[in-house]
Amino acid sequence: MQEGAINDLLEDRRGQVLETSADAAPEAMRCGTRSAAGSVSQRACVFCGSRVVLYPIADALHLVHGPAGCAAYTWDIRGALSSGPALHRHSFTTDLRETDVIYGGAAKLEKALRELIAAHGPKAAFVYSTCIVGLIGDDVDAVCRRVEADCGIPVIPVDSEGFKGTKKDGYKAACAAIARIIGTTPEAPRSVAGINILGEFNLAGEAWMIREAYARMGVPVVATLTGDARVDTIRRAHTARFNVVQCSGSMLGLASLLEAKYGQPYRRVSYFGLEDMAQALYDVADLFAGEDPDMPARAAALVAGEMARVLPLLAPFRKDLEGARAAIYVGGAFKAHSLIKALRHLGMRTVVVGSQTGSPEDYERLQQLCDPGTIILDDSNPVELSRFVLEKKADLLIGGVKERPIAYKLGLAFCDHNHERKIPLAGFEGMVNFAREVHGSVTSPVWKWSARRRA
Amino acid sequence: MLLRHTPAAPAVDREALTINPAKTCQPIGAMYAALGVHNCMPHSHGSQGCCSYHRSMLTRHYKEPVMAATSCFTEGASVFGGQANLLEALGNIFTIYAPDVVAVHTTCLSETIGDDLKQMTAKAIESGKVPPGKTVLLANTPSYVGSHVTGFSTMVKGMVDGLAASAAPHKLDVINIIPGYVEPSDMEEIKRLASALGVRTIVFPDTSGVLNGPMTGKFRMYPAGGVTVEQLRAAGDSRATLALGPMASSAAAKALDIKCHVPCEILELPIGLSATDKFIDALRRVAGVSVPESINRERGQLLDVMTDMHQYTAGRKVALAGDPDHLVALVDFLVSMDMQPIHIVSGTPGKKTLERMRPSLDKLGRPVNVKIPGDLYQLHQWIKQEAVDLIIGGTHCKYFARDEDTPLLRFGFPILDRVGHQYFPSVGYKGGLRLLEKILDLLMDRQDRDAPEEKFELVM
Repeated sequence: MQEGAINDLLEDRRGQVLETSADAAPEAMRCGTRSAAGSVSQRACVFCGSRVVLYPIADALHLVHGPAGCAAYTWDIRGALSSGPALHRHSFTTDLRETDVIYGGAAKLEKALRELIAAHGPKAAFVYSTCIVGLIGDDVDAVCRRVEADCGIPVIPVDSEGFKGTKKDGYKAACAAIARIIGTTPEAPRSVAGINILGEFNLAGEAWMIREAYARMGVPVVATLTGDARVDTIRRAHTARFNVVQCSGSMLGLASLLEAKYGQPYRRVSYFGLEDMAQALYDVADLFAGEDPDMPARAAALVAGEMARVLPLLAPFRKDLEGARAAIYVGGAFKAHSLIKALRHLGMRTVVVGSQTGSPEDYERLQQLCDPGTIILDDSNPVELSRFVLEKKADLLIGGVKERPIAYKLGLAFCDHNHERKIPLAGFEGMVNFAREVHGSVTSPVWKWSARRRA
Repeated sequence: MLLRHTPAAPAVDREALTINPAKTCQPIGAMYAALGVHNCMPHSHGSQGCCSYHRSMLTRHYKEPVMAATSCFTEGASVFGGQANLLEALGNIFTIYAPDVVAVHTTCLSETIGDDLKQMTAKAIESGKVPPGKTVLLANTPSYVGSHVTGFSTMVKGMVDGLAASAAPHKLDVINIIPGYVEPSDMEEIKRLASALGVRTIVFPDTSGVLNGPMTGKFRMYPAGGVTVEQLRAAGDSRATLALGPMASSAAAKALDIKCHVPCEILELPIGLSATDKFIDALRRVAGVSVPESINRERGQLLDVMTDMHQYTAGRKVALAGDPDHLVALVDFLVSMDMQPIHIVSGTPGKKTLERMRPSLDKLGRPVNVKIPGDLYQLHQWIKQEAVDLIIGGTHCKYFARDEDTPLLRFGFPILDRVGHQYFPSVGYKGGLRLLEKILDLLMDRQDRDAPEEKFELVM
């Protein structure tokens, strides 16, 4: 930790804030800890983690067992698109009342499940437990078993009580739920010369673009987990030869489980930015090179073609953005790596970067990636964020819903790289969209009226 | 989109299940109320997720930073109680974020494990976690009771319980106004109307200047607005209280009457002509002032547009979803313009809501579908059975507004996809005029869109 900018931090926050320097080796970030009580943290809960991972499965029933609030706050907020059914965009809840809390909610849950399955004919049902269910001790597992036996579809309890850990634990619970569906067809493991994409949620239709790129290389995608997913394709996920894992926080665990159970090797990839997208295609081509020796060449041709098409489109944006400074605050740190590289393509330097749930390895890699003098944050809060973006003179903040108004109040440009993005930012085309969005916001004339900019 | 998953009939009564809720939970209402106190940090005594969801939802609705802290419950806290968390939290908040007030509300988690807020706060004060001169407000808001509206009401009552006092020998020439669960723009409008009448007021809570603040180039943890601690204390010395919206405001008004003997009058929200008349009249009466010409003029303008355009509102059918206080006032306003609110749901339970709407609905002379508590799925099914010309409700109504190709007037909470509600009021005569303008725009745009060539009119 360097003296100066960060020496008057709250004692508790020391160790979760670093500043990179030219000559020092990376420091160890204190991370993965629980937030201090009383903090204005940007973090969420276990339920949130499970809900965001499973919600894009469009032909499943998603029933939130708890008070109406938990269902209301997670009702279709993610923009995970479906090319067919849209059952996931409804909000189903047992809406527990005081009497249920006293006498138990299991009977209500069972009745609700049976009614819904009869009315909508879903291909599977996920039952999310909220905080209260963990306390009143409803036997959700037993209810699910009974209904599953009677209705003939998987009825899967998701252990997502909010207080039982962090959002990451919610990812784990969601992955455990998905794992129960995978492999429930008679087909042999690894019998299809294709891949599964894990940790891709089809926000703004990104999964469709990525699948198309793989299709052009000659690689079919068996299942996307969980963007635009269907229960039947998830059942067949064990038949894919390999897995690629994006958004490491949410699905790395599932990837190792599938490797152990079905012998599917996996690669970590990122689809954000040109290099990472290219690498994601090359990596898959390498995996198949043994059985399809021409594939690496096809991948290279695809990448070359896309680069030749896209780079000239980026040039005018870069001209205006050269030298501008960016701050990044995202959920998982892996995404931040790609963003730093993508911003470099636009001539921009990252001066502040943080995440809600990064791992020690993520933060070490961040320190290696960033220029000296970059602030790195774990589980930050609005006061800290606003202070560092001003101190480091950032022109742009990349973040999510709670960061957007802070950026705007400060007179900073903003790019939503979270659940609420409205245009696809993945892949080659996504890089152009990203550049256009960043450029549009950074160069907008509205900022010149801001007091800070005029001063 | 939702169309293919929502059959028209039969609309069976579901007992165990809510689909597409027309409400959310108590804690977010408590958080919203607490944001209407100056230099106040709302605090969620529960899991981290609750606080995060409430902040995100309020941020989406207001497009403003929303600050709140959390007790960050873990498995340990849910077994051994949340006292350690609350004590640590209060210590941290007062040290780091330096508010005047921390407004603590509970969640389903802390309520069910039986955390006793009063006792814990006493302990916090005793152990020096609350610096001298600082205040902790309390509200018990389990998510499985009531809705965001009752959570709001409970926190407003918490302000009275925690701060109001009668210190002056005589009641002062000040009127308290509890504005109800309305937008910052509405609270601002209520203050403007009172000041136009020359009435000194204490308005609480008051989120104007907090959730509709200007762009300044600075991030302020505590924006300029909000009722101050001094004002909340002094509320006990006021001559009278006007509580607007019985469900959201009467608990606090009655508590203040009992605690400090400030008599209260409980009114419907001043939405529309006649409800605003009643508010202005009550204000005039309790403060002993007369209504200035400027207000009469505003009233006349609203009435002018109601009469000028009555052929466009006549007989138009409306479906509504929202909070009880909003619905009662809106239904009255719509019926006063010869419109027909025929399908009505509120997610917020309460037997009195229908009774309060009854006098307006009886004027329609036709059956009306009302379900309280009901949900948006039910409302959609009713619309499929009998189509309407207009839907009034929060943003979630947009799914079936689109499916049924029916115009939607966004009103209430939450509005996640439009701006304006933060800045332009719906209360008072000006607010009524704004609502009416919006209703007319929607109906007449639709008429223009759908009119066959030979019936397409230039002048309407």
